[in-house]
Amino acid sequence: MSLLTIAFRSIKQRLFSSTLTMISMALGVTLVVGVLAIFGIVQQSFNANATLGYNMVIGAKGGKLQLVLNSVYYLSEPIENIPYEYFLEYKSQEVREQEYSGSYSYKAVQHQQVARATLVAAGVGLHSPVTAIAAIAADASVQEQIDTLYPWKRVGKYAAFTDFAIPLCLGDYVGPYRVVGTTPDMFDLLRHGSEAQYEYKMRGNGRNFEQFNQENGFFEAIVGSVVANDRGLTVGDTITPSHGSEEGDQHTTKFQVVGVMEATGTPNDRAVFINMEGFYRMSDHAKPLENEDAFGADQQAHKITDASYILPVEKREVTAMLVRMDPLYSVGIENQVNEGNLAQAVFPIIEIRKLLDLFVRPVQTLLMVLTVLICFVSGVSILVSIYNSMNERRSEIAVLRALGARRGTVYAVVLLESMLLSFMGGILGFFSGHALIAMCSGVIEAKTGVQVGFFDFAPPIPLPIPIVGSISAEFLLIPGMILLAVFVGFIPATSAYKTDVSKSLGK
Amino acid sequence: MANLVIKDLKKEYPTRGEPLEILKGIDLELSSGDNLAIIGPSGSGKSTLLNVLGTLDHPTSGSYTLNDTDPFSLDEDELAAFRNANIGFIFQEHHLLPQLSVLENVLIPTMANGKPAAADVARAEELIQRVGLADRSHHRPAELSGGERERVAVARSLICSPSLVLADEPTGNLDHRNAQQIGELLLEIQDAESMALIVVTHSRDLADMLGRKLEINDGRLSSATV
Repeated sequence: MSLLTIAFRSIKQRLFSSTLTMISMALGVTLVVGVLAIFGIVQQSFNANATLGYNMVIGAKGGKLQLVLNSVYYLSEPIENIPYEYFLEYKSQEVREQEYSGSYSYKAVQHQQVARATLVAAGVGLHSPVTAIAAIAADASVQEQIDTLYPWKRVGKYAAFTDFAIPLCLGDYVGPYRVVGTTPDMFDLLRHGSEAQYEYKMRGNGRNFEQFNQENGFFEAIVGSVVANDRGLTVGDTITPSHGSEEGDQHTTKFQVVGVMEATGTPNDRAVFINMEGFYRMSDHAKPLENEDAFGADQQAHKITDASYILPVEKREVTAMLVRMDPLYSVGIENQVNEGNLAQAVFPIIEIRKLLDLFVRPVQTLLMVLTVLICFVSGVSILVSIYNSMNERRSEIAVLRALGARRGTVYAVVLLESMLLSFMGGILGFFSGHALIAMCSGVIEAKTGVQVGFFDFAPPIPLPIPIVGSISAEFLLIPGMILLAVFVGFIPATSAYKTDVSKSLGK
Repeated sequence: MANLVIKDLKKEYPTRGEPLEILKGIDLELSSGDNLAIIGPSGSGKSTLLNVLGTLDHPTSGSYTLNDTDPFSLDEDELAAFRNANIGFIFQEHHLLPQLSVLENVLIPTMANGKPAAADVARAEELIQRVGLADRSHHRPAELSGGERERVAVARSLICSPSLVLADEPTGNLDHRNAQQIGELLLEIQDAESMALIVVTHSRDLADMLGRKLEINDGRLSSATV
């Protein structure tokens, strides 16, 4: 037999009130585990987006936060679009030439060159060889000067500083989820995770969409895990985006789902990604031009599935682009972009941090305050329980003291009881909390994309305290509760020790 | 050697008026092997005297030595240790801890110094056997009769081999037969353990079994007249 046995038996002796105290403790700890889990989920969601794999978002002029909200989180409405030519300023000359090859301006220049060649040929035929050579030389010089003016003949203005630029075309929906027109680069080049260490993976035999293939043409799509779970989409299904909003007119164009992303905990879980070429080929998506017929109305007659048809850059726009740029130049280029009147550049991390500071941090602080309050209430419940039990147990304590128990012994019995109650309540609450999280894991994953299971623990609380700031807050919970129990146990223990022995034994 | 020497012991309780003097000069000497019955009417100061003898209450004045030590000069923890080593108690209401078994109740005084040693457990088992409860050592107090509980209290009072055992109405709640048995048991064990025994009782029968009888009246001890 030990003092622990006495403490444990005392708890058993008052089974009903002890159980109530333990349940109250357990509920407190369950709440704390829940609060810490929410804290962790918010933190994890933030971390998942803190390293986006790109460092700049460029879009139409307007609110910076709005640009980030709609291009990073797919929330809010896009501001406006920016010309595709602007997007091409971040591309190499080869890409630009290829992209411009279907443009009206490119074709106009081609026509012009043919006409000029004819004129030169005529000049050569009419004049002496010397004059002819001079005419050819003069034309070459003109050509050289003109070449520098052709956009496809030069490298993009910002290309030298750009690792990649991924376009986003927004505006359509599948159900409540945003449809994002982009290029395969979105998933080939971007990574996710707190250190941008994870590639985007597809479930089962899924794959990234392709720009064009014989099987599905331009019309391939991949869907985020939340969308797939909610809409019951799998590889092989088709989707038909609706225009402008969930209730908008449904396009007739169908996209084949070729991949379902594994959950990433990022906003991408809640979006549908379609090939940008397919996006442009949906009705009303290509930008209408004034005097379009003058450039060649015949292009409208092309079937949307025709691979040889290249939509002219003049008819293309992008909503935003995700750019990874050499950090050395990014600030300078941001300034340069923002000084222009066409687009704005923002650093999403800065905007996300502002957003967090504005909305998320206060919520987190509130949760922390709530946690502290819950712990305090749990501690008070132990105090009240043991203090009340002291009235029933005065004679018990008096007997112990009469039989020679010293101050330390009396304190030990009461504190051990308090600690045992706290420990048992804490363990019960800890497992209840995790069971609750495990039960809610499906809903949490569906709503946030964050995967949580029974054995997932909350992240450390970012406090500048050794140990506390480096291990899961949950591992501090039970020791913390025991410490609290010791602290609050001192009050009934002191009361017990001050019991008037002779009076208590006489009762 | 006189184990217990008390001279002119007084005990007063403060009130809003004059202090209430309960013990008005007690003189007493007791040696190992002595036994003494203190009788007296209710309110005569029996319980107060027992509390002071048991060092649970401090006297207002007078001297008290047990085994050549004045316990009231000790600090709280030393006094607790002194009481644990030198004085055994048998309370009127048994005061057994309901959550502990007979064996565990008997062992409580040994826990003042931590976990009971194997020798303590052996002695507790021997005492339980001696009080006739060997087959009930794992029972809880609620499962025992009044007489059996009193026997447990007797065993518990002896576990630390005290030199003085104080019994407060040990047969007060028992029928005549059980009271007789407890009286005989107390004397048998007192003789075997060579300790001093003071019994405070209303029971003339129990008092008659003891070697000396003193009566307390109005806070003073005198030889019993009956």
